Amino acid sequence: MKPLLTVNKLSVTYPTRTGVIEAVRGISFELGRERLGIVGESGSGKSQTGRAIMGLTPPPGIVRADALSFSGVDLLKAGPATWRDMRGSRMAMILQDPKFSLNPVMTIGRQITETLRHHENVSKREARRRALEMLEAVQITDPERVFDLYPYEVSGGMGQRAMIAMMLVCGPELLIADEPTSALDVTVQLEVLGILDRLVRDNGMGLIFISHDLRLVSSFCDRVLVMYAGRIVEELATADLSKATHPYTRGLLDCTPKIGESRHPLPVLERQKEWAA
Amino acid sequence: MTAIEASKLARRRRIRGLALTFGRFAIMLATTFLGLLAVTFFIGRVVPIDPVLAIVGDRAPAAVVERVREQMGFNLPLWQQFFIYLRQALTGDFGVSVLTTNPVFDDILRVFPATLELATVGTLIGAGLGVPLGVIAAVRRGSFADQIVRIVGLIGYSVPIFWLGLLSLLLFYARLKWVAYPGRLDVAYEYTFTPITGLYLFDAAWTRQWDILWDAFRHIILPGSLLGYFSLAYISRMTRSFMLNELGQEYIVAARAKGLSERRIVWFHALRNAAVPLVTVIALSYAGLLEGSVLTETVFSWPGIGLYITNSLQNADMNAVLGGTIVIGTVFIAINMFSDLLYRLLDPRTRMR
Repeated sequence: MKPLLTVNKLSVTYPTRTGVIEAVRGISFELGRERLGIVGESGSGKSQTGRAIMGLTPPPGIVRADALSFSGVDLLKAGPATWRDMRGSRMAMILQDPKFSLNPVMTIGRQITETLRHHENVSKREARRRALEMLEAVQITDPERVFDLYPYEVSGGMGQRAMIAMMLVCGPELLIADEPTSALDVTVQLEVLGILDRLVRDNGMGLIFISHDLRLVSSFCDRVLVMYAGRIVEELATADLSKATHPYTRGLLDCTPKIGESRHPLPVLERQKEWAA
Repeated sequence: MTAIEASKLARRRRIRGLALTFGRFAIMLATTFLGLLAVTFFIGRVVPIDPVLAIVGDRAPAAVVERVREQMGFNLPLWQQFFIYLRQALTGDFGVSVLTTNPVFDDILRVFPATLELATVGTLIGAGLGVPLGVIAAVRRGSFADQIVRIVGLIGYSVPIFWLGLLSLLLFYARLKWVAYPGRLDVAYEYTFTPITGLYLFDAAWTRQWDILWDAFRHIILPGSLLGYFSLAYISRMTRSFMLNELGQEYIVAARAKGLSERRIVWFHALRNAAVPLVTVIALSYAGLLEGSVLTETVFSWPGIGLYITNSLQNADMNAVLGGTIVIGTVFIAINMFSDLLYRLLDPRTRMR
């Protein structure tokens, strides 16, 4: 089967006055209709990878790749119009914090129908119906009420569900979730993850789950890429996580606390220069 | 609960919130207005101009001065005077202008519409051009267009407006003959045209006197553009900074991820959010123009309130000055309240629940 997404030697660079910053330095991977986790610390380039795939690298960033294709479309050759057509309808992205990623002056319902009406030629009534359906699909119990609420009127968990509804309403094939639960309470995290999990599975989407939480990713994804300083340092099936060989991954794993076991002092990551080489 | 009931309930809740807001505004308005009257009363008592002498002249015999003083109630205790003053002000009685010998209220009814019309034209031009220019400058930050907007704004803000007024008269009236001479109407129309509201553009359009409308337009367009340019300078700078702030927000990234067009993202999503603080900026600039721009009114012989108050001030006509001050204060309060209301309409977060 042809992969949904092919990334070959992707690099993202930012020219600055003091020199070129390499945010992503030549990473390659393929994604089928599966759940791929990308983990790494702040600044490892995981978010930049996600944005580059969506074509959302902010200027003056430059994206280069030997190949970057998404279900038969060569993204390297795509113009702004092609991008726009695909974003929101065939590939979508969920951002970290619904407090900032939803437009504060538009009702939730309107933000969902906006995606729909932008990509599909549907009537207002039909758009509303499908938005309500979508709100129900993200387990909002009273979609009619939430439809008319403004983002500030709902909780973080509810907002993130609205965000998921807004991004999935057109039924995309690829979803990039950029730290979708990091801004949420721990109890709500699992709920939102459960919803995401079910929707991805039911619709047969490809998912790139970007997170700094190795445990979370390993419990949720089929495969994990570990990024460090703009490179992939290790690629593993989540089942084999305990067999990780790269010292950085090992270091991360050793830091995670376990119930019933004392880890004092927590081991400190001894960074090696050659990891970033 | 059905869909219709739910949305009805939400709407009813919003309407009730709005009514509450209005109630609060009414109370705020009343107290602010009372404060304004107290201040003008106080000013009227402390200025070194004797209102009695202003009427009888400084050569009147002492007995006359005393009699007039009693007639005017200046022998009463201060708090009684204040209540008399309050009652008079609330019924629109600001006394008689020494300079024009008309009741001050009538004078203001005559001059204020002139300023209102000019300030409105100025604000329409200033906001109508300033907001789009600011948006473009923000979207193309650092570009040539941004620099142009910056320079245009800087000039508008720093060049004295009377100088610009005189030069533009020289060019557009004297040389090019595109616009009419200073004043509100041609002399030919001045005696045939009876204004209704005093807003000539509106009155002429209302009575379908298209030639007068055109003439009034030719008179107002130059001073209006100048005031517009002046407020454009400020509005475009503020728009630019508000827009830059909004365009850096995460919801803009989300809107892009939804596949929306750049045009919709900028002019709908970002501008709709930037409009919230912009309303206050535009309202304040409008209120500033409504105070009467004395320099512009002088250069263009515009019989507005700025000119009126300045003339009265120079002739120690305290009734007129204080009356004018109250009117301007009232306008300021009204516009502030209005912009607050608009703010609430634009930003759901500030609405009361």
